[in-house]
Amino acid sequence: MLAKRIIPCLDVRDGKVVKGVNFVGIKEVGDPVQCAIEYDRQGADEITFLDITATHEGRSTMIDVVRNTAKNVFVPLTVGGGIRTVDDFRELLRAGADKISVNSAAVRNPQLISEAADKFGSQCVVVAIDARRKAEGGFTVVVNGGRIDMQMDAIEWAKECERRGAGEILLTSMDTDGCKQGFDLELTDAISKVVNIPVIASGGCGTLDHFSEVFEKTGADAALAASLFHFKELTVQQVKEHLRMHNIPVRK
Amino acid sequence: MIHIVDYGAGNLFSVKNALDYLHIENKITANPADLAEADGIILPGVGAFRDAMTMLNGSGFTEEIKKQAAAGKPLLGICLGMQMLFEKGYEFGESDGLGLIPGCVQLIDGGGLKIPHMGWNDLTVLHDCALSADVADGDYVYFVHSYRAETSDEYISCYATYNEKIPGLVFRGNVYGAQFHPEKSGQVGMQILKNFAKLVTT
Repeated sequence: MLAKRIIPCLDVRDGKVVKGVNFVGIKEVGDPVQCAIEYDRQGADEITFLDITATHEGRSTMIDVVRNTAKNVFVPLTVGGGIRTVDDFRELLRAGADKISVNSAAVRNPQLISEAADKFGSQCVVVAIDARRKAEGGFTVVVNGGRIDMQMDAIEWAKECERRGAGEILLTSMDTDGCKQGFDLELTDAISKVVNIPVIASGGCGTLDHFSEVFEKTGADAALAASLFHFKELTVQQVKEHLRMHNIPVRK
Repeated sequence: MIHIVDYGAGNLFSVKNALDYLHIENKITANPADLAEADGIILPGVGAFRDAMTMLNGSGFTEEIKKQAAAGKPLLGICLGMQMLFEKGYEFGESDGLGLIPGCVQLIDGGGLKIPHMGWNDLTVLHDCALSADVADGDYVYFVHSYRAETSDEYISCYATYNEKIPGLVFRGNVYGAQFHPEKSGQVGMQILKNFAKLVTT
């Protein structure tokens, strides 16, 4: 039986793991390669790097981070953030990434999904969808950390991503993200019902029960968390033990 | 020295990274004639069966790999490289494989489950082989594939269950194949690579 996956995410800027603290700014908290090794040791099923670098120099630093991680961590590695072209895909895959996640570039140019899937295979194309609830019901696609509403229906967009060859959807609820009140179960379930590719739930987990809940009440295949693991509120091990007690299949 | 075959379709570097990490001597080989010097051969592969066989044939590796395998050299095919060890594949029409293990490669019947079969699946050990040493029932390994081998149980060391039986680790004499990615399968995968290296050095 396929195991449900637990995926720690690391936000990386200029080659350092960073995390926003109380909205006052970004605090450097460590070396991404060492953090990835630690998550691997805890039993992470996959590691995700989100590159929040804006500069060109930062990009090449990120390539080095990926290369060094791939030499030391032997579980799948996903890299996202600022990927715009098929060449960006190629460069990161060559450095040792297994999957590439695209967000706003795919929303603005859906052809990128098809081209990358054709060239490198669907298995390495992850489309990150940031969704927010609409007052009138349903979910809209947002980009730039929620600042821009694309006026697109999130469910329709997820279907289009699959049709274009996406291998996986990384779904973040902008309503629950950072609130630690649990994943958005309604959104996660709605999307996982309409696509036949794996859906990774993201945004909002704060407790062990939030993890079991998302797998028991939705069709999510994986759950992703950043700060919870980063600030050591929980370890991947603890999450997996909890899931095992709930009879949810996880990798030992 | 293990040679990793570079015929234009494969995740060579992740395999190389894993062997380097384990301090197992290895090199990437693009010249078929060099395989004569190899103590063991790894055949990686990502993509479609037909394209990969075309590239393997075009690069001159097909006959050389068959020759080295017949001479008793340990050979490990990974993912598509494992599928190519069989007689025939049916991805984008019928095409010939290396024919080193009896059987063919067919689309997975997911019975409603998602295809590709992607993620961590647990193994059931059917027959022990040199590569399955220290692999136990319930160990998880990482799969990414849409096609699976159809072969006799006698060649299956471990399988995963995903609606149907998915051969995970296959073997016939000195020829081995892993449908999953040992280089992405954490400790269990590393153990399998170490087991292969032991065959090469002893």
